[in-house]
Amino acid sequence: MSADATVLRARTLDEALLLLDEAARAGQPLTPLAGGTDLFVNLHFGTQRERRFLDLWGLDELRYIGGKKSSLRIGALATYSDCIASRAVVKRLPILVAAAREVGGAQIQNRGTLAGNIGNGSPAGDSLPVLMAADAEVVLASTSGVRRVPLASYYTGYRASVRRPDELITEIRIDVPEGRQRFRKVGTRAAQAISKVVIAAVGDRIALGSVGPVVFRARATESYLADGGRDLVEATRILQSEIAPIDDVRSTAVYRRRVAANLLAEILRAPHV
Amino acid sequence: MAIDLKVNGVRHSVDVPPLKRLLDTLREDLGLTGTKEGCGEGECGACTVLIDGAPVNACLVPTCQVEGSKVTTIEGIERLGDGKHLAALQQAFLECGGAQCGICTPGMIVAASSLPADASLEDIRQGLAGNLCRCTGYTKIYAAVQQALAQAKATKKKSGKGKKK
Repeated sequence: MSADATVLRARTLDEALLLLDEAARAGQPLTPLAGGTDLFVNLHFGTQRERRFLDLWGLDELRYIGGKKSSLRIGALATYSDCIASRAVVKRLPILVAAAREVGGAQIQNRGTLAGNIGNGSPAGDSLPVLMAADAEVVLASTSGVRRVPLASYYTGYRASVRRPDELITEIRIDVPEGRQRFRKVGTRAAQAISKVVIAAVGDRIALGSVGPVVFRARATESYLADGGRDLVEATRILQSEIAPIDDVRSTAVYRRRVAANLLAEILRAPHV
Repeated sequence: MAIDLKVNGVRHSVDVPPLKRLLDTLREDLGLTGTKEGCGEGECGACTVLIDGAPVNACLVPTCQVEGSKVTTIEGIERLGDGKHLAALQQAFLECGGAQCGICTPGMIVAASSLPADASLEDIRQGLAGNLCRCTGYTKIYAAVQQALAQAKATKKKSGKGKKK
């Protein structure tokens, strides 16, 4: 399965960006490989079309979590375990720790990265609603410079994003908004389960996963609430009108629609965290 | 591609494709078949090994990413015994009935070996959340880990007292 794959390795970020640029120009783009927890599943089961990879795992300069006051800077190689162990994240964005704890088990948390969760772009990515509700920005670097894209406008469709083939996600930046934080994931069991519905809220921002082709901000629901709307039935009706869940191996559209509404009601009713 | 790695304290150089799964390199190239393949997609934890002390799924790790790292497999845990007896965790699994069909057992024991000495039952449940067992219902597994941890604690106390004298 892996014998015909090409793997390039970079010793520095600059070198990685040069390799990405060269490959993109040659029309043979490289797929970035970090902890491999998503990519290797596809590779092993023959569903990974790409055969050319850029191994980032040795780039220690991307392995950090920092930031000042209410901000967080999460390097592209920071894992879920790093996030759980980070005092800065625990203090400023505790729901990100809650989400990280629900990703797989210790084995996945030790290898999977938050940037990889963004790059993989699964609509069920556990950390994505939290990052989106917290107004996270994706830092994209290339040989021609650096740009910052709000995660809320990063995805263009199912597993499709604004990232160009010569660009690399190098950092996640968050200026944590004020307000209470809520996170709820509903899966088949507590650990090792991909979500059926996942919801996060920071202040009046609400984001959901597994109820559409991409993780998204529930803008219509947000604006109803921001305008002073207090009717729970109306709020959940609006939420149900802006989600597009499907039937798949994990759940049904009907169940997801119902659970999304219940989770919203729970979040709105709950006292402060 | 030649990759240098240290497995259970022994240095090896293997010539494998860079994306060969660590699981396959261990089993096929190094003959360490104690590590099992369950699901092959990071769901079951049967292939758990330690990389630099942290549990990972060997089915999801490309061999090129363990260059220069220390890998510990179930065979490495066995060496913690004295050569005549099994390691404390293995013995406890035996005594408590923590193993039934056996496919999850190497992964369970390797994952449990990374737990801190003072791990509570909740810590054990969290630490083993990435390891699935379809036989035992987990109760006997947790009992085995608790027994091994208690034993290690007692041994440590004993040797500590000895030092004071």
